[in-house]
Amino acid sequence: MSRQSNRTTDSKKMNAELFTLTYGALVTQLCKDYENDEEVNKQLDKMGYNIGVRLIEDFLARSSVGRCQDFRETADVIAKVAFKMYLGITPSVTNWSPAGDEFSLILESNPLVDFVELPDNHSSLVYSNLLCGVLRGALEMVQMAVEVKFSQDTLRGDNVTEIRMKFIKRMEENLPAGDE
Amino acid sequence: MAIFSVYAVNKSGGFIYQYDNYVHRAEAEKTFRYPLDCVLKIHDEKVVVSFGQRDGIRVGNALLSINGLDVNGKFTADGKEIIEYLKDSTNYPLSILFGRARLSSNEKLMPASMFHSLFAIGSQLSPEVGSTGIEMLETDMFKRHCFQTLTGIKLIVLTDPRQSGIDELLRKIYEIYSDFALKNPFYSLAMPISHRVQGLHQGSLVAPIHVAITLVPSPLMWMRASLEP
Repeated sequence: MSRQSNRTTDSKKMNAELFTLTYGALVTQLCKDYENDEEVNKQLDKMGYNIGVRLIEDFLARSSVGRCQDFRETADVIAKVAFKMYLGITPSVTNWSPAGDEFSLILESNPLVDFVELPDNHSSLVYSNLLCGVLRGALEMVQMAVEVKFSQDTLRGDNVTEIRMKFIKRMEENLPAGDE
Repeated sequence: MAIFSVYAVNKSGGFIYQYDNYVHRAEAEKTFRYPLDCVLKIHDEKVVVSFGQRDGIRVGNALLSINGLDVNGKFTADGKEIIEYLKDSTNYPLSILFGRARLSSNEKLMPASMFHSLFAIGSQLSPEVGSTGIEMLETDMFKRHCFQTLTGIKLIVLTDPRQSGIDELLRKIYEIYSDFALKNPFYSLAMPISHRVQGLHQGSLVAPIHVAITLVPSPLMWMRASLEP
């Protein structure tokens, strides 16, 4: 659609390095301020949450994705549309639990952690925890409560970065539009 | 261009935003001699015509200005009560402007919230499961289109009944909302966009919404084109 291509050329192309540097400055400043890795992780999650509740509107306005009917569809949309749109990467969706309520997103590369190495005194820091908050906040705005955490992280020595997402419940106190 | 106004309502029915684009307002100014032949009454703090429709002055029109000076509710610009002023024959001849009253912001809040409740009832009454609620309400004077996002924000547009291309417009307005309101970190979600305190002034959204409205093709264009030989 010509209208949508007008929209994407409107968005300014930003240098990815600047993005990585900005995020890095943010995390290091938080570390200095809080001096406690757990606290920093919590703050990153909170910040991510605030980003997520706003990002979802932008995502819905720009893509014409309708309401997902089940968690599998949600996983596909997140991996193929959302991650592609915002970070330019397409993670793969794997490791479904037997009940179909948990899955993993495997990220081959993570633009937030280009050139980052975790020092030894920050071993429990989840550097990209912002992403967890973003996913949690965005899904909460479309009435889905989820739990998101990193189960593998290349910064901690693993081969890939794995985000584990677990579906908790559908939040019913919401749209009167009979979308259930 | 026949888009009358744009409203935005949040998930709980609270008012977020409103923009009026009245192209023409039915107003009529006439010079009157004593005694006044329209019967006036006070309604909602305004002086309205209750009987005596003639010459473009219709029942329900409010008294907007006397001799060019805007009135202030039921008082003239100088603070005199209008009904008393009009009973005094020494004030005549004078010219009075009648027209559709402009709605105060409270009055705009009400229809927006009321529509939210109607929308909820509408989707529950629907015989089909999974109804998306009221999409369009049509009357002989206007059409009211509603678009509900997956996050519960309702965007409502009032247009001329012959206007088409509103789905595009609604999507565009959703994009504008998601850009201006959300990318501004000082704006708290679901709060009304009207005060500078929120960090987002109503005026900031006017320009892009106006541009979006002008891009909607006017129904009169094709009508004129088909009439031309």
